[in-house]
Amino acid sequence: MQYDITLKIDYDYTQPTDRTRNLLRVLPRSIPGKQAVHDWTLALTPRPSEQTSFTDFFGNAVTSAVWSYPIQEVKIALSIRVERRDVQPLLSLATPLDRMGRELAAVRDISAGSPLHFTAPTARTPTNIDMGSFARDLMTPGISAADAVRRVGQAIFKEMTYSAKATDVDTPAAVAFGKRAGVCQDFAHIMIICLRSLGIPAGYVSGFLRTFPPPGKEKLVGVDAMHAWVCAWVGPEIGWIEFDPTNNQPAGSDYVTIGYGRDYDDVAPVIGSMRGAGDQSSDQSVDVAVVE
Amino acid sequence: MDKPTHTDASSRLLADYTLSDSAADELFARDGSMRPVWKPFVRTLANLSDQELRAKFERARQYLRDAGVYFRQYSEDPLNEREWPLSNLPVLLHESEWTDICRGLEQRANLLESVMADLYGPGWLMTEGHLPPRLVTENTHWKHPMVGVQPRGGHYLHFLAFEIGRSPDGSWFVLGDRTQAPSGAGFALENRMAMRRVFPEDYPRAYTHRFAGFFENFRKALHQLATTNRTEAQQFGLLTPGRANDAFFEHLYIARYLGMLLLEGEDIIVQNGQAMVRTIDGPVPLGLLWRRIDSAYADPLELGPDSQIGVPGLMDAVRSGSLAMVNALGSGVLETRAMMAFLPRISEVLTGQPLIMPNIATWWCGDDQARAFLRENVHRMLIAPAMSVDLPFDSNSETVLGTEPEIMSLLDQPSPDLVGQEAVSLSTTPTWRDGEEGPRLVPSPMTVRVFAARTESGWQFLQGGYARIGPEGDSNALAMQRGGSVADVQIISDDRVPEPVGPSAAPDPTGQRRVRTESGALPSRAADNLYWLGRYIVRFEDVARLLRAYHLRLAINDNSDDPLLSLIATALEEVDIDPADPIPRGLRDRLHAAHNCASKVRDRFSTDGWFALSDLAKTVGQMVDTAQPGDDAARAMSILLRKTAGFSGVVTENIYRFYGWRFLSMGRALERADSLAAVMQTFCDDDAPEGALDVALEVADGTMTHRRRYALDATRESVIDLLAQDTGNPRSLLFQVREMQSLAQDMPGASLSARPTPIIRELLPVRTQLEVMQPAEVTAQVLTDIRAAIGRTSDRLAEAHLR
Repeated sequence: MQYDITLKIDYDYTQPTDRTRNLLRVLPRSIPGKQAVHDWTLALTPRPSEQTSFTDFFGNAVTSAVWSYPIQEVKIALSIRVERRDVQPLLSLATPLDRMGRELAAVRDISAGSPLHFTAPTARTPTNIDMGSFARDLMTPGISAADAVRRVGQAIFKEMTYSAKATDVDTPAAVAFGKRAGVCQDFAHIMIICLRSLGIPAGYVSGFLRTFPPPGKEKLVGVDAMHAWVCAWVGPEIGWIEFDPTNNQPAGSDYVTIGYGRDYDDVAPVIGSMRGAGDQSSDQSVDVAVVE
Repeated sequence: MDKPTHTDASSRLLADYTLSDSAADELFARDGSMRPVWKPFVRTLANLSDQELRAKFERARQYLRDAGVYFRQYSEDPLNEREWPLSNLPVLLHESEWTDICRGLEQRANLLESVMADLYGPGWLMTEGHLPPRLVTENTHWKHPMVGVQPRGGHYLHFLAFEIGRSPDGSWFVLGDRTQAPSGAGFALENRMAMRRVFPEDYPRAYTHRFAGFFENFRKALHQLATTNRTEAQQFGLLTPGRANDAFFEHLYIARYLGMLLLEGEDIIVQNGQAMVRTIDGPVPLGLLWRRIDSAYADPLELGPDSQIGVPGLMDAVRSGSLAMVNALGSGVLETRAMMAFLPRISEVLTGQPLIMPNIATWWCGDDQARAFLRENVHRMLIAPAMSVDLPFDSNSETVLGTEPEIMSLLDQPSPDLVGQEAVSLSTTPTWRDGEEGPRLVPSPMTVRVFAARTESGWQFLQGGYARIGPEGDSNALAMQRGGSVADVQIISDDRVPEPVGPSAAPDPTGQRRVRTESGALPSRAADNLYWLGRYIVRFEDVARLLRAYHLRLAINDNSDDPLLSLIATALEEVDIDPADPIPRGLRDRLHAAHNCASKVRDRFSTDGWFALSDLAKTVGQMVDTAQPGDDAARAMSILLRKTAGFSGVVTENIYRFYGWRFLSMGRALERADSLAAVMQTFCDDDAPEGALDVALEVADGTMTHRRRYALDATRESVIDLLAQDTGNPRSLLFQVREMQSLAQDMPGASLSARPTPIIRELLPVRTQLEVMQPAEVTAQVLTDIRAAIGRTSDRLAEAHLR
């Protein structure tokens, strides 16, 4: 499937800010065998004093932009064509959940794709007793790690209400879980915490969803903005699978990946710093159109 | 071990010196004989009377107080500083023993460098199974952005500290590696200065190895690292978390000692991959940072989003190779407690050699064999989180004894989160106890911090160091958590140590180094704080004068409807001062603001100045509870004004007269000019009540001069003439404007162009106006316009130099 994606993010600062420095993680990355990136343009207004790009540890494309003069707003406009293939793992090779500990202990790879980077709690995904027992109660003897991932994702989908009003970008996952409400970021963090508590390495995926579903299917949740879902490592044979708890489905060809990380902070679309006293507000719009 | 017997005078001092069988001692060797390095020293002590000894030790405390050495705990209170807990006695070690220690630690320093290069490079130690990968991948001190980044100069580690202790068998072992941002070298220097004052005697003084060469060589190495292969001049600086940090004094001290810039995060910006210091001259390139902040706080964009003290983009400067870091970001990972379980083996794998000096025996509980061994021997173990980076005896350490009841159950299953270490006994060293029975030496446990610096010729070690002394008698390593004192570690040679030759670390007589750092780069933040210090102090003073005028009149006329009293009250209220309160909040706020600015530039003025300001703050604090309206409050203001004059004198007389002084003076002149204009606006108004002109003269400190010059009652013209236009009156508007102009002419860049700078362009019309106008022409409107011009002058100054 091929998509033309446009993304617009506008930041407004209440006071002019001096020396604004932003790291942007908005460009979908190439994933061999799964996702190919074609032409793109990234326009930043006003024109930055510096603009460079690099690839971070996890292989995500990062754009660094600096405005060394006072600005009161930043407009980010991305248009990009991406090709995405649906890759279905062979689930017959699934590793049983209770063997995951031994499988992980045998892993010595420390490259970016290694599950070992996705086992520990992080600032936004701290260990949580409630989520831990929520996840454990879903398990049955002999379940495979891959089934465990789906079951946890499904349960979160059922348990949680999607609500943009319930949380904001800095709401801890535990609070969202307590309210049983939140947005894709909360769904993803909760699922990550649950999976790690079961011993399944899990990470945060940021990206896009196609705006209009294939004929006959319902419009998905989260299409109007950037989306987030979860990747999980389910054993050496299968490796990584991806699941979207907000829409209760594997992240297939309707999805376009920007980046992978341990939590939101690793892949936040805009990380910024500026000198200035004021507040900021932002506005985002996304369109993911299928190229016929 | 038997108690040693002494027939000479030292027997009284040593009467309570009881040795333990389970620990080594620094004063006495295993056979009970006094170690030779101590003998002459103990003899000296024994020959002094109790009074002489006490006087000696009081000198040390006095020195440390005068030098302003302090230690602080994290808190909001800027005055929460504790006295430095220096032990009265040094720790003496023979140079041959020290040489052995340094040989072992040099090997360890090189090993740590190799491990670091592997953890941020190929990761071979993990893929080959020499180090469990999760100790790295789950470690918050392992910083992903550093993977694959080549450190500028090729090395990751440049300055290390090792915490070592002596085992019961007399050999030395490593308790912990400090690789992130080791502290203590500055305190070691201060300890040494104090000890040299306490013990001016020939021994051990003349036989003690010096510190100066170590710092001088390290400074050279830093300079080289910052400048090698660079065409542009490069600054180098010490990056401090700021004055709230417990070791801020040390940061200040080292920066001053080495002639480095003392920088905070906001001093630095990154442009096109190059770190720059914001100076009054604009941004200048920064080639190296000796960071005293943890990696997690170094760059809020890439290393930890919560940092308020870091530099956005710093990682970018490191990645581009333009900025050298001492030590490389991410070096904290080497401090991980569990790492010590693997270092002995890694040494053999990487170098083919066993560790010359062992580290504390360590078992990682993620390994089943190690865990089984720990369970067997748990009674003689210290247990801690595997990822812990503190030292077992830090006061806030998470380390507990294995005998704690819940430990056993934790060890029942694989616990990769835990690490066990042998509960070692530390050696004891003599400390001073002055009780009812007279002065005694008593044994107390100690560890020694050893400092290593990478120089052109390899690792160099500070010849001596810094000992932590635990509570008397208890040689268990954990007892150190309860705190104690610190001591100067002196390395004793058999021969006299020659006085250091060549460049000393103190400023050289020509003052060249100082001029270079001052003129080359006065950080904008420092200039900003000096400027505002000047402004706040004058604001404080002006309010105190107005308050005094108010209370003097209140004392003889308590009719609050009196037009003159109301006019002064209104003037006070306009600057947010409540005249009903004898020591109003607004007055204290101004002083706090000044104190706050001063504390941020403490490296730039004298200890006396700092004490004068702290004294002023204390005095105001005490007056709050006691001062009564009227005469009493007026007297209080007079006291404060005298103390302020004292502070201003100390600071303006003693600060080095370069850019920093100019910004301070500019702040004072600008604030004074504005306040003079404000006073004239209010009190020289034609509608002002009877006596207002006298208030104007009084507040501007012009009463005496006016009487002498004009010999008549004050008129509007005579007051304006004196306070606005008299060039001989240092408290006249024109005088202050000329002062500002002359300061502005010496600001950086002012002489580059024939045209006046924007600052001077604001001042020139004001000056001309005041020079040519008749007093009657200086109307309220003119004064309003002048105040506006003064306000713009401040903006121009900020734009040009403080941005």
